[in-house]
Amino acid sequence: MIFKLAYKNIIGAGFRTWLNIFILSLSYFVIIALQGFYVGWQDDASREMKNWDFAGGQYWQETYDPYDPYTLEDSHAAIPEDLQKLIVEGEAISILFSPATIYPERRMRNIVLKGIDPDQNLVELPTKYLADPDNEINCIIGSGFVDNLNIKEGDYIVLRWRDKNGTYDARDIKVAHVFSTTVLTVESNQIWISLPTLQEMLGLPNEATIITIKDETYNKEFSGWQHKDLDFLLIDLTNMIKAKTIGSSIMYILMLFLAMLAIFDTQVLSIFRRRKEMGTMMAMGMTRPKIIQLFTLEGVLHAVLAILMGAVYGIPLLNHFQKVGMQIGMDAKEWGLSGLNDALYPVYGWKLVVGTIILVLITVTVVSFLPTRKIAKLKPTDALRGKMTK
Amino acid sequence: MKKELIKIEKMTKNYPIGGGKFTALRDIDLEFKKGEFTGIVGPSGSGKTTLLNIIGSLDTQSEGDVNVMGNSIRKLSSKKAAKLRSQHIGFIFQTYNLLPVYTVFENVEFPLILLGMSSEKRKKAVLEALEWVGLSDKAKSRPAQLSGGECQRVAIARAIVKKPDLVLADEPTANLDAENSHHILKTMKKLNEDLGTTFIFSTHDAKVIQYLRRKISLLDGKVDKDEIVNGG
Ligand SMILES: Nc1ncnc2c1ncn2[C@@H]1O[C@H](COP(=O)(O)OP(=O)(O)OP(=O)(O)O)[C@@H](O)[C@H]1O
Ligand SMILES: [Mg+2]
Repeated sequence: MIFKLAYKNIIGAGFRTWLNIFILSLSYFVIIALQGFYVGWQDDASREMKNWDFAGGQYWQETYDPYDPYTLEDSHAAIPEDLQKLIVEGEAISILFSPATIYPERRMRNIVLKGIDPDQNLVELPTKYLADPDNEINCIIGSGFVDNLNIKEGDYIVLRWRDKNGTYDARDIKVAHVFSTTVLTVESNQIWISLPTLQEMLGLPNEATIITIKDETYNKEFSGWQHKDLDFLLIDLTNMIKAKTIGSSIMYILMLFLAMLAIFDTQVLSIFRRRKEMGTMMAMGMTRPKIIQLFTLEGVLHAVLAILMGAVYGIPLLNHFQKVGMQIGMDAKEWGLSGLNDALYPVYGWKLVVGTIILVLITVTVVSFLPTRKIAKLKPTDALRGKMTK
Repeated sequence: MKKELIKIEKMTKNYPIGGGKFTALRDIDLEFKKGEFTGIVGPSGSGKTTLLNIIGSLDTQSEGDVNVMGNSIRKLSSKKAAKLRSQHIGFIFQTYNLLPVYTVFENVEFPLILLGMSSEKRKKAVLEALEWVGLSDKAKSRPAQLSGGECQRVAIARAIVKKPDLVLADEPTANLDAENSHHILKTMKKLNEDLGTTFIFSTHDAKVIQYLRRKISLLDGKVDKDEIVNGG
């Protein structure tokens, strides 16, 4: 019965009420759209990072520390037998790292040289270009780094490195292919060549720095090697997106605040303007708790109607975003954001939608209820005269 | 002998005003029996509305006892008072007090919803009440679309639709023309005779006075005269 009354009161109410419902629906929409953007980004980015770099996880030779370039020279060891088996079966690949120097246009540049099996197909790196047919050393480089070095496909660059005994050697290598990726960890400041070639150059046959494996659940322990699962490998991304999300939570708070304001406005206004109505209801024998219920429910119904209104324009709009993607309009790499394509395809899970709806509903219920406590203090005669006590 | 419905003893009502108080009703002793058709008359400010509000448990007296259908008004919790009003009392206000977003039908239906009546029964009772007040054709209108007199008739229909034991009417004919006033008064009189509904009016209206059986005159918050009229 209360429900029916509340419903009638809202449907019969004026423009201002509908404006408030619209504002509420906007806050649902903005929160869901923004969240979908970040979920989409995270999904995209982590998929790209797995495809290009991490696959199902990695083993790192225990001295290897990506944040300390001085460890690089010593970060190599013989591949454990079990992992070697996986490599043979195509379930894993080994990668050897070495510090090196290149001289593009006679300038000196310190880089990381990475050796990878040209026949691998575990990660998306186009390693087939690394086969060295005519006794040349072929390398592949990411497009971002190539631009940075101001060289192009087909160019030769001078490479200088030190073998395991500390002896320097140098050679011209050919930029056989330039690949384009969104994953910075396989692009920035590094050059890829064939693994056997690198092993020979360094005098480190059958050694590796990291071993990338296909199976996410594989986590056998090997001494001298540390298993890094995907949670660990993706933590930078997760943290970065979290940081961005927190930045955007100011936006949520703003939207929620707007929603609260819309409801509070409606509620306070109606409680002050409709005192006489309440007095009449009291005179007819409606109890105070029932009247409080009625007014609270009216507030909550605003939020429910806002869901419907938001759905009317929100679902087509969100679908549209999902189909064409959101144009970000900036060079993501410049910002150091891995895995961010030009267009981002937001993802709207039911958890996100339901979560947002519940969040807004709870907020609205509380904000609706607060002003109604005034009703409890209202004397019927004062209410009838349109007066507010206390 | 008719049964005693309302008993007021040495009742005084003070309103706080600024730091002091204003005595709106003073030393009232009154009894009302079931089935009365009584008018309270008096100049503006004499305390008519105040008296009706206290009888209807919308307000409480400052001193003395007021007993309505076995309930001591001052001791009544707000929940019990609401129940008393819902089940036994119908109000007609000086200013109609219709609920603006509801149709005429829904306004009249409201007290029945509070009583938890089934929708079928409600519909029958509402249509009957609208017929009494001659507004059957306006059931779907909203209060804003009605004239003052029509609003007053809706308010009357709303008060009598549940066939309460007691109807408290504050100037019910103030906005009605002669024809409508007589029609309404006859309707109330018929309810009073057929169902034994007790009516207490406040009024200035000579037309109402000719229907009354008892006339109580208030003057400055005191009972000035209490007389049987029109042969009782
Ligand atoms: N809430 C209140 N606070 C202070 N004084 C009040 C209050 N309500 C009524 N009064 C005063 O009590 C007196 C009686 O008021 P009441 O409304 O009962 O008069 P009435 O006989 O119904 O008058 P009318 O014919 O104009 O409706 C008036 O002088 C009024 O100013
Ligand atoms: Mg009055």
